[in-house]
Amino acid sequence: MSTEPYIILSAILFTIGCVGVLVRRNAIVVFMCVELMLNASNLALVTFAKANGNLDGQIAAFFVMVVAAAEVVVGLAIIMTIFRTRRSASVDDASLLKY
Amino acid sequence: MSSITALAAESHIPVVDPAAADGVFSLAWLVIVLPLAGAAILLLGGRRTNRWGHLLGTATVLGSFVIGLSMFVALLGRDADDRTVGRELFTWIEAGGFKVGMDLLIDPLSILFVLLITGVGSLIHVYSIGYMEHDDRRRRFFGHLNLFIAAMTMLVLAADYLGIFLGWEGVGLASYLLIGFWQHKPSAAAAAKKAFVINRVGDIGMSLAIMLIFVTFGTTAFAGVSAAASGADESTMNVIGLLLLLGACGKSAQVPLQAWLLDAMEGPTPVSALIHAATMVTAGVYLVTRSNFIFENAPIAQTTVVVVAVVTLLWGAIIGCAKDDIKKVLAGSTMSQIGYMMLGAGLGVAGYAFAIFHLITHGFFKANMFLGAGSVMHAMDDDVDMRHYGALQKAIPVTFLTFAMGYLAIIGFPGFSGFWSKDKIIEVAFTQNIFVGLCALIGAGVTAFYMTRLMLMTFFTPDADGNGRWEPGVHPHESPKVMTVPLIVLAALSVLGGFLLVSNWIVDWLAPVVGEHHHEDPPLPALAMTAIVVLVVAVGVALAWFTIGRTEVPRTAPTDVNALTRAARNDLYGDAINDTLVVNPGRQTVAGLIAFDTAVIDGAVEGQAAGMGGLAGVFRRVQNGFVRTYALSVLAGAVLVVLVLLAVNL
Repeated sequence: MSTEPYIILSAILFTIGCVGVLVRRNAIVVFMCVELMLNASNLALVTFAKANGNLDGQIAAFFVMVVAAAEVVVGLAIIMTIFRTRRSASVDDASLLKY
Repeated sequence: MSSITALAAESHIPVVDPAAADGVFSLAWLVIVLPLAGAAILLLGGRRTNRWGHLLGTATVLGSFVIGLSMFVALLGRDADDRTVGRELFTWIEAGGFKVGMDLLIDPLSILFVLLITGVGSLIHVYSIGYMEHDDRRRRFFGHLNLFIAAMTMLVLAADYLGIFLGWEGVGLASYLLIGFWQHKPSAAAAAKKAFVINRVGDIGMSLAIMLIFVTFGTTAFAGVSAAASGADESTMNVIGLLLLLGACGKSAQVPLQAWLLDAMEGPTPVSALIHAATMVTAGVYLVTRSNFIFENAPIAQTTVVVVAVVTLLWGAIIGCAKDDIKKVLAGSTMSQIGYMMLGAGLGVAGYAFAIFHLITHGFFKANMFLGAGSVMHAMDDDVDMRHYGALQKAIPVTFLTFAMGYLAIIGFPGFSGFWSKDKIIEVAFTQNIFVGLCALIGAGVTAFYMTRLMLMTFFTPDADGNGRWEPGVHPHESPKVMTVPLIVLAALSVLGGFLLVSNWIVDWLAPVVGEHHHEDPPLPALAMTAIVVLVVAVGVALAWFTIGRTEVPRTAPTDVNALTRAARNDLYGDAINDTLVVNPGRQTVAGLIAFDTAVIDGAVEGQAAGMGGLAGVFRRVQNGFVRTYALSVLAGAVLVVLVLLAVNL
């Protein structure tokens, strides 16, 4: 089995996620883009696990999923709070914590 | 001065070789410890010693005097070669090869000093009981006086330069405390500081000399140094001699370190008497005489002593001529008379004995006159301006008569003590160098002038009605017995002090210490010399009589005076010279150092900090609060890491 298409797909998804984080202002969208990057890396991990014939990559992917789930819980809670106080979910508006 | 150097070579300098102490000599330490204990009790005992403090203070010094006297008698009973006694007390400092014992040296020289210090000191203590009666800090005053006596006896009894230095510093401390005794007066506090600081300059010379002595001889004890002195390198000896002279100049108020002496008049009058007669200023003369084994091998240093002495004896005399403050006239005269002693000491073996002789007679008549001046001030409500005196001889007869004895002694009236001692120094000076002799002779004339001026302005010169120029409300009265009795004793000593010269006693007495001199013929017969000195003195007295005695003395000092008078009133610009040469350059150097410190050293440190701060101000802009910027920098970092990994792997 050729791993190349999977890796290319993973790279495309990662790039989309990365660009999304950098250019979008809406916190929810930024968040989704972060998830996209995580899942792109998961795809690459699983692909390599299949190619190498062992389970190391898959285990790593499970770890990433667990961390992503925890992050969603915390992140969404923060976004909700910010939205409630500022009536906006724009990440550029929440720029008070600075020099 | 070549004759002086020639003399050094042919004279024999005795080596200090003390015999072990026995009998009364083993009590020598008590001479120092008694006043020291007195000082400790009075100063630490606090107010509970107020009632009897002055009595204890006087008793301790009297006790020292009695011990000194019995040691003197014991020395008299010994052979001339056997009169040097050492008393070893304990090891003071021991560090490797360096060992200094707390040893005392009792010999004909130190015993004379002990007698002078404790004897005149006792009289001054007795006098102070009366003089300081109304001062509520009298007990403390006596504590300081005792400390002074203890330090001074330590100085003269030490058998080691380090021991001398201990007393030397003690004297400096005690003089500081006493000159500034009325510290509530800013002038007194300033005078005390001035005396201390100028003495410190001299002390630098003294301490460097001691270090050099140790480096050269490996010991600082007189015994070791005197034994090795004749074999030492002459240039080293010159340096040691000059450094010792610097120390002596500080304590003895010789030019160029003379400026503190006149200001020191801010202290109570008994202090002035103590500093000027029995202690402190005699320390320099003692040091030079004690170090004869060094100076005899250091011709340049010895010549410098003579030059300093001649300058000082004229300097002090000129100042004395213009002052209206009775104590300052006496201070100028002290400076001048110490100049005579230094001159004697600088003239080498021929002069040492006469320097000490003059020191002793001066101790008598100067203490007499200072205490007399204190008695006059006591009568005149502490006014010191002689222009407010006049016609006091009837009002305070005892003070007048005793003062007159001191006066006749200091101008060298034939038969009085000062006549014998000063005449001898002038005679020796003429034998060695005609110019030095002439200066000493002129000094004698000027001395006669200013002392006659003081006498006339204080005790005579009544106005047309026969009254003095007293301030309104001043009623002169004679001092109490406790003050006049010391005056009478000192007056008697001023008259009779010359007896020490009977059949050359003092010269023979001091010979085991300062060496014997082979008598040289003076350029003129001794009797002719004496006649000339008396003549010059008479001219000085006559001059004073015609300029002051026969005219009305104005109550305020005339301002239209010539340049010399103005200079003398300003202490011959001694302070201005110090300011120009030392104080102002010092201040400028310090100002420069401060500027350098601020600009360069602080500038470097603060500049570095400011640079860091500025840089941080630039870099913290990176933390702009925008999440997406952070994300971009994370991406950039990740890309960088990847690129580096690729570069490394390729």
